[in-house]
Amino acid sequence: MSTALVLDRVGKRFGTQQAVADMSLSITPGEMVVLLGPSGCGKTTSLRMIAGFLQPTSGDIRLDGRSILPLAAHQREMGIVFQSYALFPHLSVARNVAFGLEMRRMDRPAIDARVAEMLQMVKLETFASRLPRHLSGGQQQRVALARALAIHPRLLLLDEPLSNLDAALRLEMAREIRLLQRERGITTVMVTHDQTEAMALADRLVVMRDGHVQQIGRPEDLYERPANPFVAGFIGGSNILTGQHESGRLVLAGGGIVVLTRNAGIGLATLAIRPESIRLAPAGTAGCIEGEVELCTYLGTAIEHVVRLDPEAAVVVRGPGLGADAARRYDPGTRVALSWTQADERLFNAEGRPLPMMEPNEIKQGEKEWTS
Amino acid sequence: MSTVVANVIVPRRSHGLLGAFERAAVNLLVVAGAALIGVPLALTIYLSLFDEKLILFPPRGYTLSWYPAIIPNFGGPLLVSAELAIVAVAGSLLLGVPAGIALSRYRARVTGAIAALLLAPITFPGIALSLAIYVFLILIEQHSGVQFVGFLGLVLAYVLITTPWVVRLCLASLANHDRAAEEAATSLGAAPLTVIWRVTLPAMRPGIIAAALFAFIISFDNLEMGLFLAAPGVTTLPVAILQYLEYHIDPLVAAVAVAQMVIVGASLLVLDRLVRFAKIVQ
Repeated sequence: MSTALVLDRVGKRFGTQQAVADMSLSITPGEMVVLLGPSGCGKTTSLRMIAGFLQPTSGDIRLDGRSILPLAAHQREMGIVFQSYALFPHLSVARNVAFGLEMRRMDRPAIDARVAEMLQMVKLETFASRLPRHLSGGQQQRVALARALAIHPRLLLLDEPLSNLDAALRLEMAREIRLLQRERGITTVMVTHDQTEAMALADRLVVMRDGHVQQIGRPEDLYERPANPFVAGFIGGSNILTGQHESGRLVLAGGGIVVLTRNAGIGLATLAIRPESIRLAPAGTAGCIEGEVELCTYLGTAIEHVVRLDPEAAVVVRGPGLGADAARRYDPGTRVALSWTQADERLFNAEGRPLPMMEPNEIKQGEKEWTS
Repeated sequence: MSTVVANVIVPRRSHGLLGAFERAAVNLLVVAGAALIGVPLALTIYLSLFDEKLILFPPRGYTLSWYPAIIPNFGGPLLVSAELAIVAVAGSLLLGVPAGIALSRYRARVTGAIAALLLAPITFPGIALSLAIYVFLILIEQHSGVQFVGFLGLVLAYVLITTPWVVRLCLASLANHDRAAEEAATSLGAAPLTVIWRVTLPAMRPGIIAAALFAFIISFDNLEMGLFLAAPGVTTLPVAILQYLEYHIDPLVAAVAVAQMVIVGASLLVLDRLVRFAKIVQ
């Protein structure tokens, strides 16, 4: 019953603007794939092309091997959950869920049974006769989910389904969606700009930027082996430092000099280093670079320092805020030494490709995945 | 208008002499506004009860006898106006509702000119428009042999002047409409026309009801179109009143005016109920 989705070099052009370029993606039955990227990266455009609201200007989209491009949106049998929930305001919760079934001309008893089943699934049985606007945001989103799943869709498409919910509800809803999706084994594509949300829900992530796919992979692949500085910055919020790379040192544009943990070639290079990977020590201690603390913020579970390296570059450093290994707090103005281990240091060449870091064979394996 | 003023001034909650002055000013404006609207209504009702052949003040006495005289004198035109208004409402809704939907959907594109065209009749002086339509219809009649001046011509004219309002109100009712609901319906298997019928039109319901009401009142009250386009047997109520006034100035005219007010007011009340009902149902 699950469906395989293939995007085959799909492109979408609006006038002179290439919203999505040559996007290829193969999703296996039952898989949940999240399209992730900043606004304007083409993720929503891609989802709308799958849904049939937009027609690609090039490439093909196939479900179980058959192109769906000739099908109009209302013939594609997709269950879509929208950011704004998009419930029908004039219909009760039950009628909302029944809508797709009515379109399929099912008989009334079958519709009623299915609606009851779906409402039970999202734990809203007692709300059947309410109107959507008398429901909370989370409840409305669950109705939207029930409505989308009621029709046994071939694909479930989620367009920023959590961004209108408050933080506490967001995690709960994310877990609920994930459980339902797993349980029913329904192939799902979700769009979001929130990397935490994406990591929590995805089997695989597709990071996009300016219409181009940056990297496709499991959350841990992207986190541990980002394909380029953009992915490194987007997933995990790495600090990105660009400079001239020569004999194991990175000379930043603003004059700061980072002593790298290894020596790998020369030329323009970008260093990505995660806030959690940097350790602070009093100035004078051996380290990769020294800087001056600009800001120290206590976040409960974490302590965050902003450290200025030179007039043009500053990095964020995050350490544990609690327990025995709680990070030491440095006052603004204090000089500190920054250090990290070789495993945490990601270097990219001028083209944005990762420079070898560990065993060469491991890199090759990774690269295959990035280009697939 | 008075409520607007009240909203602007009262929330500042200033105290003392200035506050008292502001409150007095607001109250004065409220009273003045209410009087502006209420006095003509009250006077008309008052006049319709005069027991006089001419409108003389003070009257010799009061009578209700003018009201039974409405039907023999104005029954025909009253019916004509009502029929015309109902047909015109149907016509302007058929034209204006789809136009409103289209304009709201494709507003970003080349719709500026179309929107301007659809709203243009509002800006045109009614009497000049009426004359222009009359000349135009006569020309067509000469070439086609079909008689337009009369009921058909009036319906066309009313549709012309009411459609801009219908379009405006439909656009307003769609201003807060979430297009995603239409996309949701599409994804659930609804074909484009089904989407409009099941999602878009229900969302527009209050706007459509208001538009119908507006179109009815505008048509029912319109004098200018009837001046040129009325034909024997097709005299509208405002034209009939005008003709009557040429020879008699008596309380019957006031009584007709009250009757007209009651008809329009009653439809207002009924439709207001319906709109509110629609809001509850939503």
